[in-house]
Amino acid sequence: MPPKNPRKLYRRPAALADVPMHYCVGCGHSLIHKVLAEVLDELAIADRTIGVAPVGCAVFAYNYLNCDMSEAAHGRTPAVATGIKRARPDSIVFSYQGDGDLAAIGLAETLHAANRGENITVIFINNTVYGMTGGQMAPTTLIGQKTATSPHGRFAETMGYPLRMCELIDTLVRPHYIERVALDGPRNVLRAKRALTLAFQAQMNGRGYSFVEILSACPTYFRLSPLDSLKFVGKEMADYFPARLFRNNGESVHA
Amino acid sequence: MSSRVLMTGNDAAAEGAIRAGCRCYFGYPITPQNELIAYMAKHMPDRGRVFIQSESELAAISMVYGSAATGIRAMTSSSSPGISLKQEGISYLAAARLPSVIVNVQRGGPGLGGIEPSQGDYFQAVKGGGHGDYHMIVLAPDSVQEMHDLTAEAFDLADRYRTPVMVLADGRIGQMMEPIRLREEQREFPAKPWALTGARNRKPRIVRSLFVEEGALEKLNRELQAQYRLIEREEVRFEELLTSDCSVLVAAWGTCARVAKSAIRKARAAGLAAGLLRPITVWPFPTQRLAQLAETVKAILVVEMNSGQMLEDVRLAVNGRVPVHFQGFLGSRIPSETEILTAIRNLSPASAPGRRKPRKSHAPQKPA
Ligand SMILES: Cc1ncc(C[n+]2csc(CCOP(=O)(O)OP(=O)(O)O)c2C)c(N)n1
Ligand code: SF4
Repeated sequence: MPPKNPRKLYRRPAALADVPMHYCVGCGHSLIHKVLAEVLDELAIADRTIGVAPVGCAVFAYNYLNCDMSEAAHGRTPAVATGIKRARPDSIVFSYQGDGDLAAIGLAETLHAANRGENITVIFINNTVYGMTGGQMAPTTLIGQKTATSPHGRFAETMGYPLRMCELIDTLVRPHYIERVALDGPRNVLRAKRALTLAFQAQMNGRGYSFVEILSACPTYFRLSPLDSLKFVGKEMADYFPARLFRNNGESVHA
Repeated sequence: MSSRVLMTGNDAAAEGAIRAGCRCYFGYPITPQNELIAYMAKHMPDRGRVFIQSESELAAISMVYGSAATGIRAMTSSSSPGISLKQEGISYLAAARLPSVIVNVQRGGPGLGGIEPSQGDYFQAVKGGGHGDYHMIVLAPDSVQEMHDLTAEAFDLADRYRTPVMVLADGRIGQMMEPIRLREEQREFPAKPWALTGARNRKPRIVRSLFVEEGALEKLNRELQAQYRLIEREEVRFEELLTSDCSVLVAAWGTCARVAKSAIRKARAAGLAAGLLRPITVWPFPTQRLAQLAETVKAILVVEMNSGQMLEDVRLAVNGRVPVHFQGFLGSRIPSETEILTAIRNLSPASAPGRRKPRKSHAPQKPA
């Protein structure tokens, strides 16, 4: 028999549009959208938030989030976010970017927005591949990882090592909050939510640049099942990209 | 009324933008537009406005995109190599229909070229420049006063048509000084019911240039083209000098038009019936007016500091009605009055009073 006064334990966050998503089964993007929408709701900021969607699988984020959204040219996402925030300092501005967008073509924009200490929140989805264009090598592809453009695996000798963005940004003076989380299970989903909350709170308090890197599954181009993809995120990826807090309140946090 | 001040063209453009209510400026240094970015660095923060020296022109134009998306007036400026980098963002601005202003103080190219004035970016400016099927309004000042006025008016045009607008100057106009009359500060701006301002008590808005739904891209392109036809009908601007009775019509823009004006006055003094058509909008181009003039003049002389770019638009407009000649100056050399005067003289009908017999070496060689 159903309980007398059923308590609703879960409802779709108001900031998440009620439309089908185009993401593949097990893709980290859809989960992160949900967590992000929950944070916007809980902080009650959706009606003054302007998000910037990247060029990448998450380009349609503008259809999925119930807040004003802009799209940017590939990699210029933090520059567009900068333009929005400077024009409207009272709004809450975030960019949402994949590793190609953030760490390859947009590396200059990423580092300079961080270095200026723009009062924006950058959400970095590291899935070690270019999803949208068919699973090519990203700046974050692991050594030995096979992709469409590293068919025999990534070789450090010719392709360099995967870029660790949190560590790189942590060398700059101005950023206020930097954290990396691994989206490999319920506990870490909650950590991701907490990190996003702290990042947005920093911005709401005018504290400056916040950066949250989320290690995220792309089962399609990991060529693994969704469950094995989560294991890859928690093991291989997290081994190379340690999931931890790098900076809090403008101070580096040592491992 | 407003005061007269002595200014460089670059400063005048900057002050024009400020008086037009430009709230955000983003730029990256490059000669010969450096006075403009320095003026903005000095005066924008003073007036509580935004100035950022960006990490690149790619970033600057995308910052413009972000600011313009919120409905405020935003601009950037650069010179030729930097404008090439801005083409990415300009294409996105055109697609997302974001009003914005870009000043190009041209220098010689291709490549790093030189830092001397040039008109080599005409094609890039009027034919689109970036990828895709778009245009922007392109204004070509020929004086410091026009640097000031056209830069300010560019913001109104941008808002009216929701399009990027380029001010296409050159290093000469950017760096020379002239006394100008400053405009009044603009205080009223059009409403922008599409701007990103936070979805408070309304539906969320999206600014985008990706249109993958069935038929959406075609719809956007049809809207853009309709807008361009409207701009062609409404916004063509040009200046004419002594065209009512002229037999040699000089067509020139920017710096070349300036020199042509004095050459034409000299020609008139020498009894040669010369006149000038100077496009102020090089896009939309004064096609109709040129076609009309082609009915009455004997010859057209196009003078440019390039190898013949506006020349193509003139030929299209004239459509073979009358011979179109070209005098081009490469390597960033500004034509002299005498050079243009000589060309006018050589094209003037033999019966024209005061026409000197061409020197042997200049006379067209008839086959024996
Ligand atoms: C200037 C430009 N170059 C290349 C592309 C093609 N492109 C689209 S998405 C993408 C990579 C996206 O990968 P990533 O940023 O890692 O995001 P993901 O799809 O994995 O979420 C590329 C190269 C483009 N749209 N624009
Ligand atoms: S390709 Fe990868 S990143 Fe893109 S939607 Fe599919 S799983 Fe997600």
